[in-house]
Parts: sequence; C-alpha cells; structure tokens
Amino acid sequence: MERFVPRFDPRRTGLAILAPLLALAVAAALSSVVLLVADHSPLVAFQEMWNYGRKPEQVVNILNKGSGYFLSALAVAIGFRMNLFNIGVDGQYRIAAMFAAVAGAAVTLPGPLHIIFIVAVAVVVGAVWAGVAGLLKVYRGVSEVISTIMLNFIGAAFVAWAVTPQVWATLENNVVRTPTIPESGWFPGFSWSGVPEGGTQTVVFGEIYGFIVISGLVGIAYWFVLSRTRFGFDLRATGSSEPAAVASGVDVKRMVLTSMLLSGAVAGLVGMPILLGAAHSFGSQDFPAGIGFTGIAIALLGRNNPVGIAFASVLWGFLDVSNQILDIQGIPKEIVTIMQGTVVLAVVIAYEMVRRISVASEQRRVLSSERTVPTDPAVDASSGGAK
Amino acid sequence: MRRVTKLAAVVATAALSLAACGSSSSGGGTTTESGSPAATTSSAAALKVGLAYDIGGRGDKSFNDAAAAGLDKAKAELGVEIKELSATQGETDADKEARLTLLAQAGYNPVIAVGFLYGTALKNVSAKFPNTQFGIIDSTVEGATNVTGLVFAENEGSFLVGAAAALKSKSGNVGYIGGCLIPLLQKFEAGFTAGAKAVKPDIKVQVKYLSNPPDCKGFNDPAAGTETANGMYDAGADIIFAAAGGSGTGVFQSAKAKKALAIGVDSDQFQTAAADLQPVIMTSMLKRVDVAVFDFIKSFKDGAPLTGVQVFDLKKDGVGYSTSGGQVDDIATKLDEYKAKIVSGEIKVPAEPAK
Repeated sequence: MERFVPRFDPRRTGLAILAPLLALAVAAALSSVVLLVADHSPLVAFQEMWNYGRKPEQVVNILNKGSGYFLSALAVAIGFRMNLFNIGVDGQYRIAAMFAAVAGAAVTLPGPLHIIFIVAVAVVVGAVWAGVAGLLKVYRGVSEVISTIMLNFIGAAFVAWAVTPQVWATLENNVVRTPTIPESGWFPGFSWSGVPEGGTQTVVFGEIYGFIVISGLVGIAYWFVLSRTRFGFDLRATGSSEPAAVASGVDVKRMVLTSMLLSGAVAGLVGMPILLGAAHSFGSQDFPAGIGFTGIAIALLGRNNPVGIAFASVLWGFLDVSNQILDIQGIPKEIVTIMQGTVVLAVVIAYEMVRRISVASEQRRVLSSERTVPTDPAVDASSGGAK
Repeated sequence: MRRVTKLAAVVATAALSLAACGSSSSGGGTTTESGSPAATTSSAAALKVGLAYDIGGRGDKSFNDAAAAGLDKAKAELGVEIKELSATQGETDADKEARLTLLAQAGYNPVIAVGFLYGTALKNVSAKFPNTQFGIIDSTVEGATNVTGLVFAENEGSFLVGAAAALKSKSGNVGYIGGCLIPLLQKFEAGFTAGAKAVKPDIKVQVKYLSNPPDCKGFNDPAAGTETANGMYDAGADIIFAAAGGSGTGVFQSAKAKKALAIGVDSDQFQTAAADLQPVIMTSMLKRVDVAVFDFIKSFKDGAPLTGVQVFDLKKDGVGYSTSGGQVDDIATKLDEYKAKIVSGEIKVPAEPAK
C-alpha cells in the first residue's frame, strides 16, 4: 500500500520484507504437505532443487528467464501503481517481439544501430498495442481488463497468421520461424566458463543475455520516474485516489493513456533478451504465451517494487528450472506449479495481514503521541500535490 | 490499489491454475523408475535409456503413449533401465536443452527425444555429448552423427484409413481434422485424401486444421475438436479422421453425438477410449512410435545401434491400421490389397496435399 508520508520508516520496511518471507514460508509449508501426501520427502525435494538451481548452467538459465520475467512484471507494475490492470502484457510482448524480429531481419545496419532499431520497433509496437486499450478506456470507458484480454487473443491470432510460410516465416523440420536477424543485430552476452564441480576441464557453462543490463536499467528508470518525478507522483496519486488526484489538478485521462503506453512499451521489451541474445528469430517455442501472466504474479510478489520484482523474478526462474531435477528424481514436478500458485495467494494474504498490523500500530502510535495526524493518506497526498 | 491487488490475485491464480491444467499431469512417479545413479552399479550391463516426452507426456492416449508403450516393452523384454521426463507447457528451447542434458549427464545412453519440437535443442545437446547416441521421433538433425532420426511414412498409413473411410462411407463425404497446419500433419492429409480417392474418385474430403504454428495448441484442445467435427458432420461427412493428438477425444464425442464414425490416430485409440466412445472409433491409423522406440533400444542391446535416418513405413510395419472393435473386418481383404500394392511400390502415396 503506497503511502506518501514517511519515506524511511524502519518498522514499515521491516514489515514490507516480512510479508514476502511469510508468503514463501506458507508456500513451502503447503507444498511440503502435498509432497508428504504424495509420499515424498519435502527435505529431499527442496535440497535437490537447491543443489540443481545453484549449478552455474542453471544460474545462467535462471537469470536469462528472470530478465524477461522482470520486464514483464515491471510492465504490469506500471499499470498497478495507477490502479490500471494491464493484463495484455502477454499479447503486447509477443506481437512486439514478432514485429521486432521481422523488422530486424529485413534491414541492414551497423552493430549498435541495428540493436537500437530492433528494440525501438519492439517498444513502439508494444506501446501501440497497449495504447489501443488505453484509448478505448479514455474515450469509450471500456474496462482495460476486458480490452487487454481481448487484445491478447487478437494479437495471438495475428502472430499465428503472420508467422506462417505464406507471410513472414520459413518452415524447417516442421518448425516455423521468421528469418534470422543478421549478426549485427545480436546483443553480446556474458559467457560464463569455469571448471565444473568434480571436473578437470574448463567448460562454458552458458551465456547470460547481455540484455539483462538493459533490464536492470529499465528497473532503475521505473524507480526514478515513479518516485522522483512529478509524473510518477501524479501516477501514484491517481492510483491511490482518483477524485483526490483530479482535485489536485491531474489530468486523469491523460495519465491513463500515458501509463498504458508506458506499460506497453516495457511489455514490448519482454521478448528482447531472448530475441537479441539467443533466438535471433521469432519462432515456435522461444516466445511462449503466458509470460505476461507470469508477470502479474511476479509484480504481486515483488509488491511493484523494482528490487522486490527482481528477487521475485529470480525466484520464479529458479522454480521453473527446478522442475527438471524433480522430474528426473521421480518427484512430481507439478509441485513447482503448486508453489508458484500458493506463493501468489499467500503474498496477497500476508500483505493484507501486514497492512492491518501496521495500520493498528500506527493508530496506537498516533493515540499515544496525542498528535493529530491526517489518517487518510490520499487527502494528505493531494494537499502536498504541488510540491 | 487494493482493488487491483484483489483482481490481480484472482487473475494470476486463475492463469496459474489454467497453466497447471495445461501442463502434463503425467510427470508423477507412478511409472518412473527410481533412477538414482547408484542403483545402476548392481547391474552394470543394464542399458540405461532416457526418454523425453513431448507436451502431454505419458497418458495422452495418443502420440506420447505410443512412445511409452515402446519403452515399457523394452523394459519388460530387454531388461533395460528407463528414465522418462516430460515437457511443460510454454517451455523454451533452453528448458528442452536442460532436460536432454540432465539425461545425458546422468549417463543415459541412448537418449530418445519424442517429437520434432526437440529438434533445435537436440542439435545443441548432441554436440556437447558426442559419446551419447540420441534418437529423435519425427525429425532429423542434420550433420549430427550421434543423432538417429526416427521418422514415419504417415502418408502410407493414412492412405489405408482413407481407403477404409471411403469404403465405409454412405454419404460419399468424409473429413480430415489435423491438429496443426504443419507439413508433418499435411502428410497425413495427403495420404488420407489419396486413399479415399483411390476407392471413390468422386468422394468429397473436407479438410480442417485446429491450429496454426507457432501455437500448435490444436493437439491438446478437445473442445475445438468437437466444434470442428460438429461442423463437418453437419456438412454431410459421416466419417472423420482425427489426426490431432489429444483433441481426438473431442472428435469422438462429436461422432457419438452425431451418430457418426471417426478414425483415431497414432495409438489404437479404441483400446484407450472411454467405453461409451469405443463404438464410434472405426479404426485408428497406427503410427508405430512404439516400434520405433523399441527397435531403436533393441539395436543397442544387439550391439548394432541404428544410426542416420530410419524411416518406419508400411513395409517395416512402422505404420498401419488397427482392427479392434471389428468394424473394418469386412473390408480387411481390400485394405490388405492396397497395403500390398503400396509395399510393392505399385501405388506411390503422395506426401504433400495436392495444390
């Protein structure tokens, strides 16, 4: 819950960290119960997951998956902060990645320019696709929840149409993909090599997508814009209380459209780590539907906070890769899906609990200090709106 | 803010549970060997076979189950040690690579990948493990000597069920439903159409595909199967060939509701279908993935591993049609005539639909 009054309050920070930890514990406990019912030892399962997940090859996989999840969650979070619910990230990211791949393969440009061009196409396409929902909301009052869901389907159908041999793709071994982007449009990654545990020779563990740096920068930009600029303040104010924001002179319609465009632009970046780092073409498997929805879960888990989202993305990537080791150890890998589901539910419950605790403790503090402090943060925020 | 949180939680949970439904439920350890590496030392001679399923996994009553049948047979008859892993919905090539790597690292040799979707991943993994022999169903990996392509003449098997459909059809109108519009499935279509026309040159063959690449969800979408089949039956078809993996169940349900017939695919689906659906399954086009898997494993046991590209055709009984239920017994002689002609080369079955 966004409050504008105290910036640094150790009690609040403590509670904010407590909630996700509580949620994780609940998720671990619930999946332990499921494992026990299925006659498997939870300790063995968690140990296998941990041992597998910290292997260098898997760390690379986790970070690579995480960089996409991180961007997806940021895109969702921009909407959340403004009480907008962009669940069209999935469609926006896929259609953006598809156009970026096709455009990137069609042009010849020198190195960095080529990459910038591809990323720009992705950002613009993602923003335009989300902008449709923004315009519908602003001018026709269509709920963005409905319109973005619909746009997901339209986007998926469009991608399915475009990625066929008749339109933009080629078919090889029954797998369709768009033409390969020339090497000038590949984002160099960080190759990680070393001597594996128990081995003698140096091997390449894998390559971390270079785009992970850009993901990090987007995370910093998200933090800066939202908490250090007038625009970010207006956005959060609108999210907290629309009437209060209007009263303080915020053009809400404009804010809706702008944040939808921004959210879509970031959604457009979601496919970039894998497109520029590994796939180099839009194909059947590397751009699965669902990352946009994963982003919703991760944004919830990370509480719309870039650091929280980064941790949540890594956690999600870790859970994703660990289903492989569970499978080979004969432990039902569906436990991972259960954990991902319960952690999202648990985090919402945990935050509600923590919110109530902090409200209660605040009330106690207010009473004891005999001061009169405005209790409605929105009123407080709007009165300080012209800072 | 709180409205968003609640709404988001609902949607996120719904999306997750949907994803959970979509992903395989077959990864459970019921049939999996307790493949701890230590267990293998006792029987040093036992061949360790790793197998990675396509999405759907063991229990899809179709393609993956056919592979599972071959694996089970190898385990029972050859005494090999097996380990099977399943794919997850929405996974990327990196996940497939990790799966194959795990199997190769754990010392499984040969490692079999079920489905052409493993093609790209296998290309990378086979290069990292030059001493492991890999097999891939429905695909080939060019330039990799340690990858055996296990492919089928689906057009030949489809020809036979196409002929069967034409012989049995009263309306002179039959249908073909493919799971996804890709060349592999067009091979089924080409054979089916050719077979039907060989019997009745003026027969009408309706053709529909449930999905397009890259989202080949039509292999796992029974509702779409029902809907499409309803449309075809309403348009006059009385027999439909469902080459659509898990969606076939939907076609069978439609056939039951419309009191018509359907043809299964890959496995003998009469054997695996619910009892009330069995009467509508006239026959199934058998794609003997089980034969390919078993033969591949057996070749290791025999010390002469199959390499290169292995085509399983009618001649090798790699494809065929099923007879359970007895609905095609009366036309068996005619079908066997066609089979003999294809095997002898007298009939050449096209692999691509006529333009």
